[in-house]
This record gives sequence, C-alpha cells and structure tokens, in this order.
Amino acid sequence: MNTLLEVSGVSVTFDGFRAINNLSFQIGDAELRAVIGPNGAGKTTFMDIVTGKTRPDEGRVIWGDKSQSLLKMNEAKIAQAGIGRKFQKPTVFEDQTVQENLLMALKKPRGWLSVLMYRANTADLEKTAALAQEIGLLEELSRKSGELSHGQKQWLEIGMLLAQEPRLLLVDEPAAGMTPQEREHTTDLLLEAAKTRAVVVVEHDMEFVRRLNCKVTVLHEGSVLAEGSLDHVTSNQNVIDVYLGR
Amino acid sequence: MQRSFIAKNPSVLIFLACLALFTLIVTVLSEGFGVGVISTSFVKTLGKTLCLCLVAVAMDLIWGFTGILSLGHFAFFGLGGYMIGMWLMYERTRLIVVESLSQTEIPATSSEIIDGIGNQIFGVVGSSDFPLIWAFSDSLVLQLAMVVLVPGLLALVFGWFAFRSRVTGVYLSILTQAMTLALALYLFQNDSGLRGNNGLSGLQNLPGVTASQDEVSLWFLWASALALGLGYLLAAWVVSGKLGSVILGIRDNEARVRFLGYSVETYKLVVFTFTACIAAIAGALYYPQAGIINPAEIAPIASIYLAVWVAIGGRGRLYGAVIGAAFVSLLSTWFTGGQAPDIPLGFYTVKWVDWWLVLLGLSFVVVTLFAPKGMGGLVDLLTQRKSPNRHGADLGPDDGALREQEASQ
Ligand SMILES: Nc1ncnc2c1ncn2[C@@H]1O[C@H](COP(=O)(O)OP(=O)(O)O)[C@@H](O)[C@H]1O
Ligand SMILES: [Mg+2]
Repeated sequence: MNTLLEVSGVSVTFDGFRAINNLSFQIGDAELRAVIGPNGAGKTTFMDIVTGKTRPDEGRVIWGDKSQSLLKMNEAKIAQAGIGRKFQKPTVFEDQTVQENLLMALKKPRGWLSVLMYRANTADLEKTAALAQEIGLLEELSRKSGELSHGQKQWLEIGMLLAQEPRLLLVDEPAAGMTPQEREHTTDLLLEAAKTRAVVVVEHDMEFVRRLNCKVTVLHEGSVLAEGSLDHVTSNQNVIDVYLGR
Repeated sequence: MQRSFIAKNPSVLIFLACLALFTLIVTVLSEGFGVGVISTSFVKTLGKTLCLCLVAVAMDLIWGFTGILSLGHFAFFGLGGYMIGMWLMYERTRLIVVESLSQTEIPATSSEIIDGIGNQIFGVVGSSDFPLIWAFSDSLVLQLAMVVLVPGLLALVFGWFAFRSRVTGVYLSILTQAMTLALALYLFQNDSGLRGNNGLSGLQNLPGVTASQDEVSLWFLWASALALGLGYLLAAWVVSGKLGSVILGIRDNEARVRFLGYSVETYKLVVFTFTACIAAIAGALYYPQAGIINPAEIAPIASIYLAVWVAIGGRGRLYGAVIGAAFVSLLSTWFTGGQAPDIPLGFYTVKWVDWWLVLLGLSFVVVTLFAPKGMGGLVDLLTQRKSPNRHGADLGPDDGALREQEASQ
C-alpha cells in the first residue's frame, strides 16, 4: 500500500506549551484509521497542522504520489490537493440551503471567474441529490441548513466532505452529541467513504471506534503512545494508565 | 429544476419597475421636459440620490454580503468624481481660452492655448503647469477609462496588502479609514495637482453643450437611474449564483470556506475591487450634478455615513441598501437644509441643523440593537402578512414562482 500522508517529527508550541511533540504518523490510500486520546492530547491540533491552519515549529508533512510538502501550501491549496476536513463543532453555512452548501463543496474549479460564471447543470443537481440521499437529507434540500438538527448538520458536513471528493478525509469527533441511531448511520457513512479513500476519524467513544473496526492510533501529550488494532492498544499498559484506566 | 434568474429573484423586477416609474414621474414633473412642478435643483438632488443609492449597493455587496466593513468606499466614489471632473474642467476651460484668444489678430499657437488653460485652472494654487496626472485630461475616452482604472487600481493594491496579511474585522475597518483619510489629506495639499482644497468646480457645465441646466439635470437623472438599474441587476446576478454562496460563506465563516478549497483572499480582493469600481462610477455621475468636488468629500466621515445608510436600510439585501441610502440622504438634505421646522421647547429651541446628526446617530444605534434587518425587514413583515391572502400570491408551489400580477401583465 502506498503512503498517502506522512507526518514525521512534527512539534508545535503554543506560548511555551508543547501541544504536539515529535509526532510521526502515516496513512495509506483507502485506509480507515481511528485516532483516540484524552482531551488535550493534540488530536485537533494534528488536523490543524495537516490542513495548513497551524504551522509546526519543526518536522515534515509529505503528501501524495509526488511527495509534496504541505508546509509550503495554504489552506485552500491543501484542500484543492485533496484533503477534506470536518470540524469538531458542526460548521455548515446556516444562512444557505442544504443544496447550496452541497453545490459549494462539489468538486469543481475553485477560481473566482469560473465560480462567477458557474450555473448548476442537471448532472450537478443529480449529484447533490444523490449525496443528500446518502446522508438522509433529500427531503431537506431546499431548507436553510440553520434549521437542521444538530445531527443533520453533522451529516451535511460529511456530505459536503464527500462532495469535495477528497483523497484524505479528516473527521473530528463526528458522533459527538448524536443519538445511538444517528451514530450508527454515521458509522455507515464513514465505512462507505473509506472504501474509496483514506479516512482519519478522531473519536472519544470506544463503542464507536470498535464498530469502525480499523487500526487505532493513541495520542497522548502530543505524540503517539501506541498503534495497532483496538484490542492491541487497549491491552497496552501505557494506554490503560493514561487513558482507559482513569 | 433550473429557473430563470428573474423568476428566482422577483425583487429585481419589482425594483427595476419602481426605478423606471420614479424616473418617468420626475421627468414629467420637471422644469426641463415636463410641467415644472419639480425645480431643477430638486431634480439634481434626486439624481444625486440615485448615485448615492448605487454606491450603497456597492457597500452592501462588500459589507452585507462579504462581511467586510469597509469604511473607505467614499474614497473610490470621490476619485471617480475627480477623474471625470478633470476632463470637464479642462475641456470647458479650453473652449473659453480658445474663444478669448480668437479675438487677437495673430492666431494662437497650441502651446499658448495650453498655457492659457494651465493659468486658468491652476492659478488658484499659484501655478500654471499641468501636473503629470493631467496627462490624459484632454481626452474624454481616456479620462472615462480612468474613472474605473484609478480607483480600481487603488482598491486592488490596498486590498492585496490588507487581505494577504489577513487583516480582518475592526482592524480592516480602521485601515480603510486610514486610507481615505490619507487620500483626503494628500488632495488637500496644493501641490497634489488637483487644486488642493479648492477642488474642481464648474462641473455642472458640460463643454460644448448649449442646453440649459433644466435639461442637463434630467440627462444626468436618466444616466444615474440607468447606472443604478444596471448596477443593481449586475449585483443581484452576481450574488444569486455560486459566487454569492462563496462570499456569504466568507461572511459567516471564512475558515470553513478556505477548507473547502476556495482562496478567501482572492475572493475578498475581487469583491473589494469590483465594488470600488461601482463606487467610482457612481461618483463620476454624482459630481457633475453637484457641480463641485473637493477633498472634504472623501473625509473619513463620508464613508461612515455610507455604512450608516446601509445599516438603517438593511444590509444583506440589495434593495435595503437602496432604501436606506435614499431615505436617509434625502431626510438629511431636508434637515440640514433648514427646511425642517425648529421645535421651540420654551427654554430651548431644537434647531435641526444642529440636532440632525444626533438624531441620525441615535437611529443608527436603535436600528443596530433592535432591528438588525433595518428598513428592509419591514418588507418581510409586509409579505408575511400578505401571504394568506391569495391576491398577489405565488402561483406555483415554490417561493418566487410567477406572481399573479406578473402573470396577468
Ligand atoms: N491556538 C492555541 N493556542 C494555545 N493553545 C492551544 C491552541 N490550540 C490548542 N491548544 C492547546 O493544545 C492542546 C491540544 O489541544 P487539542 O488539539 O484541541 O486537543 P484534543 O483535540 O486532542 O482534545 C490543548 O492543551 C490546548 O489547550
Ligand atoms: Mg479536539
């Protein structure tokens, strides 16, 4: 399996506090990976680094077949290169309809001139309808996304990610605040997405991670504590001490 | 599934119809071509108001839709006025100089004519040489191009620096105030090349036109109405598409837009420059009606008034900006023009010339706190109250389907 993203020796300091400490991480094409770790372990900061929001003090972040360094690219360029991100708090454009949100995310030229001249054609509308069907929001296409429930917003955001057709999907706590049924639907969405692309899921909930049934990376104080199957890492004494045993 | 642009935005059609009707009524009642109920000076006031509505549309695009509170758009408005003013002044002075030199026995050489024009224009600032920036002032076409190019370039350069370093929010507003202040202070200097605090004057006289001001004022009213109509249509078209989605997204959460792969800085720069060009065109139509432009016109306070109009009218909807600019600026003319009756309180007389600004400031605060939708919000109330009534209701199942009255036309 080819390596899609390679993070090596990355460190970040906020006002003297080391949030990420010599972190190394790899993920291949079409791999599903769960990242767990206690609050403040640096999971969100790790995503910030990969997506260009935070610049690391040292280390390398290498992407794709051409081994580009992501550290020289801005957020928009990184997204265009094929990395999509879902935030911890659902962030959809509440003043716009579900359809408009999806159309904005759809993989199309991002330059202002092509965006200005863009008018949705039938194929695009069918694509958004299919996506809406998949995330269970077909009925809500023409509703303002601000009117959706919390869980629906989370799905819309996942739908927008899928619309971007990224090669790597970074998903931050997708199941937070969801009912058990909603969680199940979310698991299905992620498993389906991981068939064709790499997916990194940050999650607290062990049950949720178990259902994903994938390799797990445990973060603690900004570096990797353990890596392997869920059973493997949960039997690791270090992991039990810092995370599970509390 | 795809409906036409007008069908999706019925308010555009209503707006254009109202604008056309307004123009027609003013024309019929004017002194120039109509029955003479409306004085020529009031026609000019109305024409100027249309220009202010156009710059308010630009302000709404940049603030209400993109979320950038620019407090410098009157700099572009003023620059547009200066650019057209240069040609108006040059050409009219040239005609006068040529006329007076033709009385002499030896025909004047062209350098004598140029010197004569220079003396006439720059005598007030103790000079007679043409500064470099007047290089194109003898050509209407070039000077018209500069109406858009000069403010557009200023906006492009300013915006490039400001947005690239990710200056946002109140810091950006302060930066735009600094820009317009710096420009005004520069123009105040006598050696700025634009006649210092005298500014450019006599702009109401079109060179070579013998028609009276009664008629010229109507030409400008029509031109202003046309510009407002086209500007409104263009702005509505821009925001109705995906670009509208993206800039609304930037307003509501610009980080999220970045992670979707859109270069937020580029989009901000495009909208900033585009609105600067609209403001410049509005200014180029405004100042020939005002007759004079001087650096005080682009003082920082002017751009703040612009924001107040848009806030009171209701930002985030184009007709709100137009209503706000028209209502507040006309009311302001009425109060500050001394037409509003003073209120004697016995111990104190409220003179509106002094108190109008206080009233305006208070209304701004009240609107911001209690009616963030502004006057445009009244339209929501009205349409909601009307909707149970079948008359004028939508014919189709969707919002914005053909309306009864449109269908019967
Ligand atoms: N912008 C920032 N400024 C200062 N400290 C930060 C910043 N972002 C994150 N941190 C700190 O870095 C640590 C890791 O945060 P985060 O990555 O959000 O953890 P997690 O997502 O694993 O809960 C926390 O202690 C947090 O307070
Ligand atoms: Mg987090």
